[in-house]
Amino acid sequence: MPIKPSWGSRIFDSVNVALLLAFALITVIPFIYVIAGSFATQKELLMRGFILFPTEFSLDAYKYIFSTRTLVRSLLVTVYITVAGTLINLFFTCLMAYPLARKDMDFRKPILMLIVFTMLFSGGMIPTFLVVKQLGMIDTYWSLLIPGAISAFNLIIIRNFFQQLPDGLEESAKIDGCNDLGIFLRIVLPLSMPAIATFSLFYAVGHWNTFFNAVLYINDHTKWPIQVLLRQIVILASGGVGDSTAMESDYVAPPDQAVKMAVIVVSTLPILLVYPFLQKHFAKGVLLGSVKG
Amino acid sequence: MPKSIAAQAAVSSASRPSAWAGRLARNRWLYLMVLPGLLYFLVFKYWPMYGIFIAFKDFQPFLGFWDSPFVGLKHFERLFGDPNFVVLFRNTLILAAYNILFFFPLPIIVALMLNELRQELTKRVVQTLVYIPHFMSWVVVVGIAYMFLTTEGGIMNELLARFGGEKINFLVSNEWFRTIVTAEVMWKETGWGTIIFLAALSGVDPQLYEAARMDGANRLRQLWHITLPAIRSTIIILLILRLGHFLDTGFEQIFLMLNAMNREVGEVFDTYVYSVGISQGQYSFSTAVGLFKSIVGLILVVVANNLAKKFGEEGIY
Repeated sequence: MPIKPSWGSRIFDSVNVALLLAFALITVIPFIYVIAGSFATQKELLMRGFILFPTEFSLDAYKYIFSTRTLVRSLLVTVYITVAGTLINLFFTCLMAYPLARKDMDFRKPILMLIVFTMLFSGGMIPTFLVVKQLGMIDTYWSLLIPGAISAFNLIIIRNFFQQLPDGLEESAKIDGCNDLGIFLRIVLPLSMPAIATFSLFYAVGHWNTFFNAVLYINDHTKWPIQVLLRQIVILASGGVGDSTAMESDYVAPPDQAVKMAVIVVSTLPILLVYPFLQKHFAKGVLLGSVKG
Repeated sequence: MPKSIAAQAAVSSASRPSAWAGRLARNRWLYLMVLPGLLYFLVFKYWPMYGIFIAFKDFQPFLGFWDSPFVGLKHFERLFGDPNFVVLFRNTLILAAYNILFFFPLPIIVALMLNELRQELTKRVVQTLVYIPHFMSWVVVVGIAYMFLTTEGGIMNELLARFGGEKINFLVSNEWFRTIVTAEVMWKETGWGTIIFLAALSGVDPQLYEAARMDGANRLRQLWHITLPAIRSTIIILLILRLGHFLDTGFEQIFLMLNAMNREVGEVFDTYVYSVGISQGQYSFSTAVGLFKSIVGLILVVVANNLAKKFGEEGIY
């Protein structure tokens, strides 16, 4: 028989719900503000200041930013980096994870130790920069694709995932004359599709958000990914701060509030679109992460 | 019995050293598969570690790695004698302290609140919304903060002006830098941070609560005697690990928030390495600064991990 909740308990519940909804609202309002602002006219923005719903709906900001070569180009660059980068990540990560998941692989432990050590200690920004420079990757997209090809953390998680697949399937494939590469491609990969989908999403979000590597390695502004351009437009152009680099020549007007907001929306939208999938998978990813090797 | 045949084959080949060649040949595909990744780690992780030696040289790009003169600890002496060193340390420490004091408890509190929610739907809606900012880039988060805080039509200053206050230029202010940085972290990562605590809480046996109710414990007492103890070890471990990483102030965020006016309070080791190394081209000195940070960081992480193990937890490696 359910016990009727007491008054104190009910007050506790209402306060709790109210506080949590307030927290959720605080999280979401900045997004709504930016999205609403991007559809507002500059006049209304100046007059009302805070808009959660524009009275006068305007697409001017979007028309403007999509008429500039700069934004369209850096969106294309970012799409390219995201697709190519994710494919490269998956290729390198899965291919290396499988042999390390096999108990009959020689030198498995030393190779794993080699990998784990890179999670604790690294050469640091400057030596890595010099290596990338020496390889001639500065100002090429390779500098955004290759230096982060494998995340040691993801590699170990995928390896753990491969390891818990039943051995029997591999054994029987071997008896049927399948070599190790065949086993990997025809048995292990198809079985791991859900996990691989999760990691593709995580890698892809990382590439879409890529920022600092581009600041480090890409000086040619025609090759800037969207995040670097976003910083240029929203952060460096706000309030005439600091070492602001001059705007590119094909920018006619200085960006106003609505334009800045529209650029933020455009550079965020793809992530919001995949967010439902991210959310579905990430709990699994986080929990997988707690499985130790 | 395919399994036993394979096992026998493995045992017999491992026992005879002369069979190594055969084993190598049998595993050739595995070797081939591990090779690209191994090359990646050697080139992009271990070659830079080797490159750290330029911290002990006066590296000049036109002379190259080998011919640049060896200078011993010169760059380290310069670092420790540099008044900037104290500033870097102070800024890093204060930002880390802000983070631990103001950000660290938040995900715990929110997780406890979510755990008390009875309606599944409300819980799901709140969770869905508060996880979103984690996936946003720091550029977007700092960009939104700029839209709010700028003196040119930013909503904060509009409100201040409307209520008769003075406009505050938050973005170039030394007093506001740490507050804004911490607030941004709170906004972006609190929701996401609840996951690990919620996972720990989902393991609590509901019978415990039932028994406590039978004994007349109210909600607060249940929270205190059942829920909190359930996540205590998670809290301790995360706190220890956070302390182990206290030199790692969020680099991209600080980099984006820094400008010529707030460097005095905002400059931390990583951003200093960037401005001295990349912007000014002092490769050797900046590598020395980076190396100092990495070594202290490594020691802290190892100590923290051992501490975590002392508390009976697994640690991170």
